[in-house]
Amino acid sequence: MIQDRTRQLYQELLLDHNKKPRNFRIIDPADHEAVGHNPLCGDKLVVYLNVDETGTVTDVSFIGEGCAISKASASMMTKFVKGRKTEEIDLLFHEFHDMSTGKLDPERDPHNLGHLSVFSGVRDLPARVKCATLAWHTLQAAVKGKDKITTE
Amino acid sequence: MIKESAAELNGLDVAALRDDFPILNREVHGRPLVYLDNAASSQMPRQVMDSYADYFTRHHSNVHRGVHALSQEATDLFEGARLSMQTFLNAGDPGEIVFTSGATDAMNLVAQSFGRANVKEGDEVLISAMEHHSNIVPWKMLCDEKKAVLKVIPLKDNGELDLRAYTALLSDKTRIVGVMHVSNALGTVNPVREMIAEAHERNIPVLVDGAQAVPHITVDVQDLDCDFYALSGHKMFGPTGVGVLYGKKEWLEAMPPYRGGGDMILSVSFDEIIYNRIPHKFEAGTPGIAQVIGIGKAAEYLMDKGRDRLYAYENSLLQYATGKLSQIDGLKIIGTAENKASVISFVIEGVHPHDIGTILDQEGIAVRTGHHCAQPVMERYSIPATTRASFAFYNTTAEVDTLVKGIKSVIEIFK
Repeated sequence: MIQDRTRQLYQELLLDHNKKPRNFRIIDPADHEAVGHNPLCGDKLVVYLNVDETGTVTDVSFIGEGCAISKASASMMTKFVKGRKTEEIDLLFHEFHDMSTGKLDPERDPHNLGHLSVFSGVRDLPARVKCATLAWHTLQAAVKGKDKITTE
Repeated sequence: MIKESAAELNGLDVAALRDDFPILNREVHGRPLVYLDNAASSQMPRQVMDSYADYFTRHHSNVHRGVHALSQEATDLFEGARLSMQTFLNAGDPGEIVFTSGATDAMNLVAQSFGRANVKEGDEVLISAMEHHSNIVPWKMLCDEKKAVLKVIPLKDNGELDLRAYTALLSDKTRIVGVMHVSNALGTVNPVREMIAEAHERNIPVLVDGAQAVPHITVDVQDLDCDFYALSGHKMFGPTGVGVLYGKKEWLEAMPPYRGGGDMILSVSFDEIIYNRIPHKFEAGTPGIAQVIGIGKAAEYLMDKGRDRLYAYENSLLQYATGKLSQIDGLKIIGTAENKASVISFVIEGVHPHDIGTILDQEGIAVRTGHHCAQPVMERYSIPATTRASFAFYNTTAEVDTLVKGIKSVIEIFK
């Protein structure tokens, strides 16, 4: 009975990452870490990051509490950025953000987000955009050395 | 279908009442709206909207000022709303009805006016663990400023206040008690009448946050014997941006003004200001005139339809919904007090409330998800948030059934 758009968002891939989040652990010690907080929802997560001398992400993980969208987004993000250069993260962050807010249509516009495009459905749910982007904001903060960020 | 389900519960003609609320006929995402977020904002009947239109079409001007006809008419409508609110709360005197911008503003008034005058260093302010942020933050701000101590009545597992602890917490240092009549997060109806009597034995005044109570309970401030009672228009089928502070005359007369400006003075010079009498002393500046007329009309609507009748129906709806929701596997109701108003907060194992809210919304069902501006309550039960369905007298058992079906489909998706 659930409508197509939302069905498309709450699809198996997202539900699987919600139930079994990947890289859901603490890295100790980590080269970078940051706390992301969405006070409106109470969602809170920590992103940990190790980067080698060439600027490659050698390990990335997260812990925290949140809804299916924020947890799956964090889980899929960690899988996606591992092995990439930190300078790529900025571009990915902006693409992901634009997709979530409807400025980038993954079916029409060129992008580098791969299967992260499953989150394009949040553009129809303005109240949930922050859930999808919280992990990315936090990762961005970790890379840039800020230790606390809030999406409110 | 709506007609049948209404007849199931009692004689109330819910279909006819629903006709008074045009918004209930709209669709959301192609489905009939099922509005179960009444504890956040309830909907307005046509009669309230008509009072707005009539005011702006025929009488709009400033109140308490002009000698011309429109200003007099606006003043009469405005003061008429005060009399309606006096009757609605059974206050002894219209001067005891202060119009504010809402319940939050009303409680800030008490904290800033009564509180600043009476709470000193080392004194105590006693509130409860289930308070809305609007009855926590103003007192915390005051206590920080005065170096006073904020004390908290704890909650029991079922969502009732621990009244033994309350008795023990009342002390010679307590300057005021602030407690909600009905919990917006748990639905608990607190025994405020008894709590007030107990505080009065020690000469401690009590502020009751009634924002969530007036749409569910016929409130009589003289019977409660409360010192202050705060409420909001938009939770009692009236407009946003308006509320009432009821205060006993002797308190209001003794209290210093809260905000300065026009209308709250009798005379002003740079050497001396003489304040207006109550309630005007607390109503600085041009008020939300249409909103005040609107809240008065909402009170009249409830009194016309018979509050006891509406609330009895609503209570049977609560029983029906509680029964249905309790049968869903994996769903847990947070707040199971013996005496509850029609608010059901719940959690579902393994599903975050925001996901529940989004999926229900796609079915046209409006519920609230989050901490309900009561973060200490969420902390007490170790949950980040709940989903809350809150009912009004215009809701039906058919709508409860739609909710149950929606919740089952959420569980199906997350299985």
